[in-house]
Amino acid sequence: MLDTLSELLPRLPGILGALTLVGLAIGISYWQKVGLEKSMAVAVVRAFVQLIAIGYALQLIFDSDNPLWIAVIVGVMLTVAGLTSGKRAKSIPRARTIALLSISTSLVLTLGTLLMFKVFEPSPQSIIPIAGMIIGNAMTATSLSMARLRDDLKSSRSAIESALALGAPSRVAAQGQLRTALATGMTPLVDSTKTVGLIALPGAMTGMILAGSPPMEAVQLQIVVMFMLVGAAAFASMIATFLTYRQFFTKTHQLNL
Amino acid sequence: MTPGHQIDGRAKFDIRQLTVSLADGSHILDDLSHTLTEGRINALIGPSGCGKSTLLRCLNRLIEPTKGSITLDGVDIANTDVLTLRARVGMVMQSATMFAGSIADNLAFGPRSLGLEIDRPRIKELLELVSLDPSLLDNDAQNLSGGQAQRVSIARALANKPEVLLLDEPTSALDPAATRTIESTLKRLRDELRMTIVLVSHSMEQVERIADTSALMLDGKIIESGTPEHLLSGVHHHWTEQFAKGELSSQKENQPN
Repeated sequence: MLDTLSELLPRLPGILGALTLVGLAIGISYWQKVGLEKSMAVAVVRAFVQLIAIGYALQLIFDSDNPLWIAVIVGVMLTVAGLTSGKRAKSIPRARTIALLSISTSLVLTLGTLLMFKVFEPSPQSIIPIAGMIIGNAMTATSLSMARLRDDLKSSRSAIESALALGAPSRVAAQGQLRTALATGMTPLVDSTKTVGLIALPGAMTGMILAGSPPMEAVQLQIVVMFMLVGAAAFASMIATFLTYRQFFTKTHQLNL
Repeated sequence: MTPGHQIDGRAKFDIRQLTVSLADGSHILDDLSHTLTEGRINALIGPSGCGKSTLLRCLNRLIEPTKGSITLDGVDIANTDVLTLRARVGMVMQSATMFAGSIADNLAFGPRSLGLEIDRPRIKELLELVSLDPSLLDNDAQNLSGGQAQRVSIARALANKPEVLLLDEPTSALDPAATRTIESTLKRLRDELRMTIVLVSHSMEQVERIADTSALMLDGKIIESGTPEHLLSGVHHHWTEQFAKGELSSQKENQPN
């Protein structure tokens, strides 16, 4: 801990300098009576503590070289992501289980593919941050797909029941809603992949350039990251949509809202 | 049930001790028994919340009862393949929901769900049967008036060649002229095709105009049944009069013991 903190100490003036911007934001919130001062202060403290903690944990894991630690930290990431996504999807039965299953299956498939093609070395230094990116994006895709399907099934109840009443199986009756839910989960990443480099330099690339890597190296990494995240979002959306659909239809083709 | 109001004809549906309960233990249908006669217009009436729509939806298994049984031509519908049952027992909802595409696409939906095709002469024949201009078949189904949409939704159900047609307050959103057209269509289906029709209605006048049998429901039970004339006469006049005046409401204290 001391090592990490002593490493941090020379950077403290920079952190404090950046903090003045938060102070400014809090000032604006107070001045305009937005009422976000307390949340902002809490967010700043949380970000500081959480990032210091993860930095410390990562240092420990990289030093110890025990693969069990990777499993522990990825497990924690998955649990937090599953709970967060599940909490968003209110009124879907077994929402947390669905979210956890979607995100972890997406992680296994995406990470598995990358390791199979030897895109990354199976070291803690690559697996942990990559797993984090995959889980984060899979979580967003899962939340979006689950919420969209739930909302669309509710608002299209009469169309779906009209189709069921005509003898259509539930998969056919809800086809449009299933497609929309799938697209909703995948769209943000498809859009950001389309505009990558034009609007903003994405995180992984920015980080590498700031750390002094040649731009072309950073670009190569970013391409892999974008493709990987498109895959992760697609897997997560697909599984989340399918499992959510199964919660709302019975085996005998009844809509159960 | 009091004698003297027997309906001629074979039982199409035999409903025995049907109960539909909610998770909180309350009953939407409460030990209800009733017979629906083949080749007749069978009306179900009662104040809102009495369970008449729920009963209708049990007949094509859009809802599964908690207890009790329903037979169709003597065979328990719980043992029938649900999609085959729904092709035999067509349903028209309170407000027609048109699927995307033309009127012809809407009429083709049911047969396609069952793996069948429907040709244009047959589509025209169905549109004529519900008093719609057959040359409209390629028109967009989204731009129809309420009455036209309801007639398309009847034709759409008829495309499966059902033996029974269930209708859930099909005219409640329509003006008097559109209502009369639907009513004459229903009489035609009974007289020309010998179809069994189950009509949930909010209007005693409508039941008098077209129904052959009628059942008055309250709090998940049938409190009176027989011909519409029977319901309007004799000792049971009290219930029907209250219903016609809108004074029959779903409150337990209104029921004498």
